[in-house]
Amino acid sequence: MYDGPLDNLVKLIASLPGLGSRSAKRIALYLLTHKEGTMLPLARALQECADAISECERCGNLDTAQPCRICRDQARDTRTVCVVATVADLWAIERTGSYKGRYHVLGGVLSALDGIGPDDLSIDTLMNKIQQNDISEVIIALSATVDGQSTAHVLTDHILDIKGDVKITKLAHGVPIGGELDYLDDGTIATALQSRA
Amino acid sequence: MESLRYQGLVLSARPHGEGGAVVALLTETNGRHAGYLHGAHSSKKRALIEPGTLVSVEWSARTSDNLGTYKLEEERGLSPMILNDPLKLGALLSACSLCDAALPEREGHAGLFFGLQALIDTLSSEVWGAAYVMWEIAFLKELGFGLELNKCAGGGDANMLAYVSPKSGRAVSYAEGEPYKDKLLNLPSFLKPNGGPADEEAVADGLKMTGHFLGHWVFAHHTKGVPEARLRFEARYAKTVAGFEESE
Repeated sequence: MYDGPLDNLVKLIASLPGLGSRSAKRIALYLLTHKEGTMLPLARALQECADAISECERCGNLDTAQPCRICRDQARDTRTVCVVATVADLWAIERTGSYKGRYHVLGGVLSALDGIGPDDLSIDTLMNKIQQNDISEVIIALSATVDGQSTAHVLTDHILDIKGDVKITKLAHGVPIGGELDYLDDGTIATALQSRA
Repeated sequence: MESLRYQGLVLSARPHGEGGAVVALLTETNGRHAGYLHGAHSSKKRALIEPGTLVSVEWSARTSDNLGTYKLEEERGLSPMILNDPLKLGALLSACSLCDAALPEREGHAGLFFGLQALIDTLSSEVWGAAYVMWEIAFLKELGFGLELNKCAGGGDANMLAYVSPKSGRAVSYAEGEPYKDKLLNLPSFLKPNGGPADEEAVADGLKMTGHFLGHWVFAHHTKGVPEARLRFEARYAKTVAGFEESE
């Protein structure tokens, strides 16, 4: 039905998260009918990003500069590190604008089912960072899931082993803004009650 | 069209496709039972597939041999008390991973289902460590590897049991076992005929004992061996006990 390049384009688009072959064909058709306005600028943008963006060797964030702009920002608190699982989590915290310290992206969480062990995460880099810099607080901002909390406990053990005087904190669990108690799960209500202000 | 309704405890969820997952449950009548859950990673369903969550299940499939699809509804979520405690969380993950790795699929183990439910309830109490060891002993028995801990394998005094033979899984009295004590496993104090404290040391002895039999009997021929979660739990518990001893 399609010739070589079009078939290849449809396959590549269909391999993106959230897209199937039907959507991929629709997108490919749209791009081909809007070459100048969308397709070529998109191709250039993809090429530029692929060339310019890399993983920050200090924190694991994605940026055009090495180290990233968060690691270079002298106005940030260098003694606090917030540990997140992925770059998406880092962006979520940055969006709030309420945290002014440094970050460390682990690259996932421990998961026996997915075969992700401690060696697959950047735990060693984090430990080096804590040992070599004057870090006073580590905020563990991992998901409130079994895998997330298991990873948090393993990190806590590692950190206390190498530097016992570091303050380790975790994100609080509780009622979300706009949340109605009636619709919340029992665990969230229990935690919110325990840590009530 | 085949369909079933029952209760189940979530053991694991393997991502499958873009948004779905194959969820393994421990059920009363069907033992370890798996099914496909559409949209498992959506914000509404994500909490349902955390290990240890008690759910009510509607399973349907074209034929009974198919994997089938699940509709899940939460009955009891994971207590934050467990989630925030590394040892209790380790115990829960260990129990779930053992059931997931060792139990045959669709073979009823009602005792293990209610036992795991009771264990999760007990994780909020002070004697949870001893309860966990007892649960593993029951787990070994359910799989056909029962330990004999009420009389001495060497014909010694049944009231003075102190060790367990690593080969036979039978208890040995203090007098009979003393010359070989380096080769024997310690019988946890709370399993001795006259009872004893269920303290951290006794629980660590118990974990070492059941861990030995899990490794040598249940998982001896499994390609993946004893689940990582079980190994990690025993190591963490031993480390915690060592920490207690140092501080004393």
